[in-house]
Amino acid sequence: MPFETPVEKWASAVNTVTIGATSAEGGTRASTVTVGGDTSLPFLQFEGKTPHRPVIAMEVLDVPPEEWPPPMAEAVGDVSDDPAAWARKAVDEFGADLISLRLVGAHPDQQDRSAEGCAQTVTSVLSAVNVPLIIWGCGQADKDNEIMPRCSEVAAGENCLLGTAAQDNYKTITAACMADGHKLLAEAPLDINIQKQVNILVSEMGLDLSRIIMYQATGGLGYGMEYAYSIMERTRLAALAADRMLSMPLLALVGSECWKAKEARSPEEVVPEWGAESERGVAWEATTATCFLHAGTHILVMWHPRAAALVRKTIDSLMSQEA
Amino acid sequence: MGLTGLDIFKQLPKTNCGDCGVPTCLAFAMKLAQKQASLDQCPHVTEDAKAALEGASAPPIKLVTIGDGERKLEIGNETVLFRHEETFHHPAGIAVLVEGSLGEEELAARVAAVGEASFERVGQTLQLDAVALQGEGDAFVKAAQVAAEKSAVPLILMNEDPTVMGKALEACGGKKPLICAATTENVEAMAALAKAHACPLVVKGSDLSSLAEVSEKAQAAGATDLVLDSGAREPSQVLANETAIRRAALRKRFRPFGFPTITFAQADDAQDELQQAASYLAKYAGIVVLRQMEPWELLALVTVRQNIYTDPQKPIQIEEGLYEIGSPNEKSPVLVTTNFSLTYFTVEGDVEASRVPAWAVVVDTEGTSVLTAWAAEKFTAEIIAEKVRAFDVASKVEHRKLILPGHVAVLSGKLEEELGQEWQVIVGPRESSGIPSFLRTSWPS
Ligand code: SF4
Repeated sequence: MPFETPVEKWASAVNTVTIGATSAEGGTRASTVTVGGDTSLPFLQFEGKTPHRPVIAMEVLDVPPEEWPPPMAEAVGDVSDDPAAWARKAVDEFGADLISLRLVGAHPDQQDRSAEGCAQTVTSVLSAVNVPLIIWGCGQADKDNEIMPRCSEVAAGENCLLGTAAQDNYKTITAACMADGHKLLAEAPLDINIQKQVNILVSEMGLDLSRIIMYQATGGLGYGMEYAYSIMERTRLAALAADRMLSMPLLALVGSECWKAKEARSPEEVVPEWGAESERGVAWEATTATCFLHAGTHILVMWHPRAAALVRKTIDSLMSQEA
Repeated sequence: MGLTGLDIFKQLPKTNCGDCGVPTCLAFAMKLAQKQASLDQCPHVTEDAKAALEGASAPPIKLVTIGDGERKLEIGNETVLFRHEETFHHPAGIAVLVEGSLGEEELAARVAAVGEASFERVGQTLQLDAVALQGEGDAFVKAAQVAAEKSAVPLILMNEDPTVMGKALEACGGKKPLICAATTENVEAMAALAKAHACPLVVKGSDLSSLAEVSEKAQAAGATDLVLDSGAREPSQVLANETAIRRAALRKRFRPFGFPTITFAQADDAQDELQQAASYLAKYAGIVVLRQMEPWELLALVTVRQNIYTDPQKPIQIEEGLYEIGSPNEKSPVLVTTNFSLTYFTVEGDVEASRVPAWAVVVDTEGTSVLTAWAAEKFTAEIIAEKVRAFDVASKVEHRKLILPGHVAVLSGKLEEELGQEWQVIVGPRESSGIPSFLRTSWPS
């Protein structure tokens, strides 16, 4: 007797969201990126569809980290202090689907860069590459409220993904998103109820739910990865069960989280038992991303080009129709 | 998945004789359902009823033991599809493929290396679990003997010829290796070997239907402890099959699939192999077999397993104590935090990022974060002060300043009182991410 795989009948699907706008759509991107639309748990082809493959956004920082582990410094090379050149390299050489630009330099403890300076960085990156853009502030609420409206304005019509709207600071960025035609990154700290709350708050301001991507905070492998994993898995289940307030696609920060870990950073002389430094951080980052793919992440923000390449291969193999 | 009291009652003699120590059969059934009694306390229960009750109360996925002794591997007995629903119970085994055609010395070295690989993470020792030995004919039998002698971990014997397998099992001398594998062609003979040697047995199909068939045949032939191999080697197919097997076992109680599974990572490149293996660990593999064993590959993999199999209700904790971050000296700052691993590691990372070496007083809060521990009164001024004394912080630093997490600023007055007048409590940032700028600006170096 042939075995029949038990198939779940889901009530709904993950929202479909497009980032970026071509000239026909009022922007200047050569192509756009669409994520979501999944009608099953991740990659279960016998159960439903994954109409849009998960994508890889390469992270670009306006100010490079003070101390980069050698494998990262080597990979990014001499463009690390030029966001536009870095972004171009990420697209041309690293194969980025999108650029995730993080304006860390605006932080008062960093260089306290001005709104105008940040906006210029955004403009220069937009003109350097023709893929869609994710733009993050510096993480300090007051400063972000100062810089993000200006950054949003100079990117008006480009349909960027702007981050982040949090429970206690969402109004300014949501208003900017609505005014300039962007998508919004709604953030919550590994908490489904807070995530719902943020989504409700921004939708009450008039932002359509179909314009939201969720970022639920990420833990790298060994540093809380399982929390992020389970939150994302629960969120996918909620989306499939037609919870409208949790049906948005998911983004995870992989690169920045993973390269913080001592397993990725420590030089080989210090921990010879952990093996080659050139492979270890790449392995750490790629493996975290792979786990997140199974949890239901749609946008992986990554750092190392080799880790990105490995994950692209994993996505290929999981999307493979041969099965 | 337990039976209700009524289900059990139907199978009892209904004589209310009281020999079980409970006045009525119904009362006894209720106790059984609550696992407060065991069936053998009723001397009158029929064999048929016993079999029916035991069958129905058996776990949906059997616990299978591979090997014997200290490093034996126990897999299976899983109860959920998603770790947040409860937890995944028995961490998957990680095995490394070893070629039986290697020379004796090389073979012994490789086998020893698998047993010796070991990593320490958050107070746990993470190791590999098995050697998967592959080979042909007499060379395989010989290799099995060498491996059984030299290996600290259980063996998976990979050969589909029952005659060769029989000899290899003799050569292993009762160490309960996993026989791999029974297929449509050899299932009766392999199952007989599994029964005779009391060994677990891999049943392998070319697809899920043939796997179900081989599994039923193996059980009919007396093999009791099975491990399932759907035959899939491509990641998308492995994911589909692993999901189907787990769902069928848990949701449909499909008996042929009521066992743990084995998967094989197949890539030539260790990075690619790692990605496959991580996928299989996340989605239901009972055993993952690797071909390579690069240290960074193993480190990442044992960490994936540790994360995925962490009980969501029991967060990983670190031991309480005074920790050094960087190389602190008598002038370095002292921070207080909890022993929830995530909290501590975040603090550790942020202190490292600040490049100001520091001491960390890690208080046992049963693995809860600062706010949760405070709310549960596990992180009070009294407890913190007691730990500062117990860890003898005063002997490590010249100053008498203690940095308290900003979230529990309310404790600062009481804490100063508890510590005695020479101490000063400084309220630190609320979030750990504020530590670098806090230390750089407010700590005089
Ligand atoms: S001993 Fe058995 S038959 Fe007698 S009362 Fe108990 S359950 Fe019923």
